[in-house]
Amino acid sequence: MTPRLFSLLKDAALTAFVAAALGLFIVGFRTVDVGSTKGLAFDYELVDLAVAVVAIFVGRLGLSFASDGQRWPALVLGAVLGAVGAAPVRLPSTFLHWFVGLAGLLVIGRSLWPSAERAFGQARQSPQGRKLGVVGARWLAWVLLAAAVILPITPLADQKTMDLGVLILTYVMLGWGLNIVVGLAGLLDLGYVAFYAVGAYSYALLSTQWGLGFWAVLPLAGAFAATFGLVLGFPVLRLRGDYLAIVTLGFGEIIRLVLINWVDLTNGPAGIGGIPGPTLFGAVFAENAPPGQKTFAEMMGVPFDGTQRLIFLYYIILGLALITNLFALRLRRLPVGRAWEALREDEIACRALGINPTNTKLTAFAIGAMLAGFAGSFFAAKQRFVSPESFVFIESAIILAIVVLGGMGSQIGVVLAAVLLIGLPEWFRELGTYRMLAFGLAMVLIMIFRPRGLIAHRAPSLRLHEKPSGGGG
Amino acid sequence: MTADQALIDVEHLTMRFGGLVAIDDVSFKAQPRQITAIIGPNGAGKTTVFNCITGFYKPTIGRLTLRGDREYLLERMLGHEIGQQARVARTFQNIRLFPGMTVLENLMVAQHNKLMRASGMSVFGLLGLNRYRVAEAAAVEKARGWLERIDLVVDADRPAGELPYGAQRRLEIARAMCTEPCLLCLDEPAAGLNPRESAELNELLVSIRDRDGIGVLLIEHDMSVVMRISDHVVVLDYGRKIAEGVPDDVRRDPAVIHAYLGTGEEGADA
Repeated sequence: MTPRLFSLLKDAALTAFVAAALGLFIVGFRTVDVGSTKGLAFDYELVDLAVAVVAIFVGRLGLSFASDGQRWPALVLGAVLGAVGAAPVRLPSTFLHWFVGLAGLLVIGRSLWPSAERAFGQARQSPQGRKLGVVGARWLAWVLLAAAVILPITPLADQKTMDLGVLILTYVMLGWGLNIVVGLAGLLDLGYVAFYAVGAYSYALLSTQWGLGFWAVLPLAGAFAATFGLVLGFPVLRLRGDYLAIVTLGFGEIIRLVLINWVDLTNGPAGIGGIPGPTLFGAVFAENAPPGQKTFAEMMGVPFDGTQRLIFLYYIILGLALITNLFALRLRRLPVGRAWEALREDEIACRALGINPTNTKLTAFAIGAMLAGFAGSFFAAKQRFVSPESFVFIESAIILAIVVLGGMGSQIGVVLAAVLLIGLPEWFRELGTYRMLAFGLAMVLIMIFRPRGLIAHRAPSLRLHEKPSGGGG
Repeated sequence: MTADQALIDVEHLTMRFGGLVAIDDVSFKAQPRQITAIIGPNGAGKTTVFNCITGFYKPTIGRLTLRGDREYLLERMLGHEIGQQARVARTFQNIRLFPGMTVLENLMVAQHNKLMRASGMSVFGLLGLNRYRVAEAAAVEKARGWLERIDLVVDADRPAGELPYGAQRRLEIARAMCTEPCLLCLDEPAAGLNPRESAELNELLVSIRDRDGIGVLLIEHDMSVVMRISDHVVVLDYGRKIAEGVPDDVRRDPAVIHAYLGTGEEGADA
């Protein structure tokens, strides 16, 4: 036995020991209720623990081999783990099968990673690879858009898919809105959902109290939310970084508490129901039209179908999101957009160049708020019910996570991150208890492999020279 | 030249930070179309004078009069107004570019206020009106002109943070010039440059003075720059002005020699 091998074995044993020590209390035994008179008893699952510890020992050894550059021993160990995981031998639980199998995959992946990375790097450097990269970057957005447009007319469009599509697109729109504030202007806003709430309650109140329709309220909701953004931004935008984050966090909570406590206006925690949905040229989406109105099915002369309404909502949010995107892309190429990015990079230099930092930040904040207001009024029209519970901090956190995960300032990154963050937990529902575990694993993997977000590349807002052909990145 | 024609008139400038007197009753003038150098040992208060002129500090006492298109009292203006209205531009001792943005974008940001007006506060720009496009093309041309002067045309689309140090220094000066200033304040532009880059910088500054007709205020330690191109030198030590005059007089001034060397011996410019 070489000293090197010995040290690897020792390291693996140590890891296994730590795992055993930790796992003893978490996996090893648990208390069970054995009836009212006998009280609690222990239920031992030491076999589970032993299997897990052995898997960790072998897995760690495999990883050490792999990082040592000894590919074959690592591959063998990984294959053994994978085989045990997949084999029909009876491990005490299915979870253990998954655990061992995934550990094997991890070891195999780790041992193949260096050569895969090298091959990938070479492919990227080769002329064909470069061409593919350029074409891919150019067409990815259009392919995604085309897919989004035709999705409702494909056979995939059942109730569940359309619901999920509407949900994802709502978050895409919110992400694009927040991207202006966080990604471009660099203002960390932890209370973005407050403006979403303002938009939602604007539509809920104006429609139920004054009978205004969705299309009339949409611009109003944006204007209200932008006003809130200005009112909040004016005093607080002189704060920087962490301080701004805290204040916006507080503002988000204040709005929610006001919604809960101002019962006369908002009906408090019970929320506002009976909000009318959006109409298409005056036609409503319902089985029976209210007096004086026609249903969509009557107008088009087609039989009523529940998914019609969902598809209509889908196209509305798709349109709103695309408008948001165009708006943001356009602003980025204007002086105001460049000033936002410059402020993010260096505020002091901006002041020296005669740029008014407060006004510039305020525009970013207000525009971001306005877009959230649009999304909010759509949300109210879709749900037909709003209550303060929809506007909790975790919503702000998810939207922020979408922006950060997508790569700050990247539009297409936001789409990918929204699909991942909103879509994955829904698709993972079948995993049951392990849903959030799988979700967390996906997050960790992204942070390891793409620490600056899914799309970290920043395209210049304008160029002096033509883009060199084939030199994408 | 009479006092009324001075580009900037610094009178009785005093800056205190708590009990520390950083600048003590300093008065001097800088003339248009001249390079005025402020020199002095470390901690003499040179950068503090700059920060007062460019609005980063509010002076405790003193009046700063700038005669551009009209008279401005700089001590009463907000930081960004000094750049926007009085048209005083500056660079920083530790370079402050926008490192993630391209070289060209850096120069476009400098023309922000002009472009903002042309884009009708973004409304015309959003609509894609011709008026804005013309203004943008003109701004790009102006930027290209400066890139030619500082020899960075090839690097126009690279992130500014990737440029070598000397190029970043030149770019920062070009960026300040793109704001169309009437007074350019440079805080140690030659710091960290090699002799060849330093000589190129001299040429650039002289051309800014002679070709663009801009008054330059310069803080510099590199005496080869100061003595060769300055028209007027102001010497500070411990927050006070100890000498003022043309370079040749200043380098022979016993007070200056004492401040730099601590003795009465020859060789102040060594």
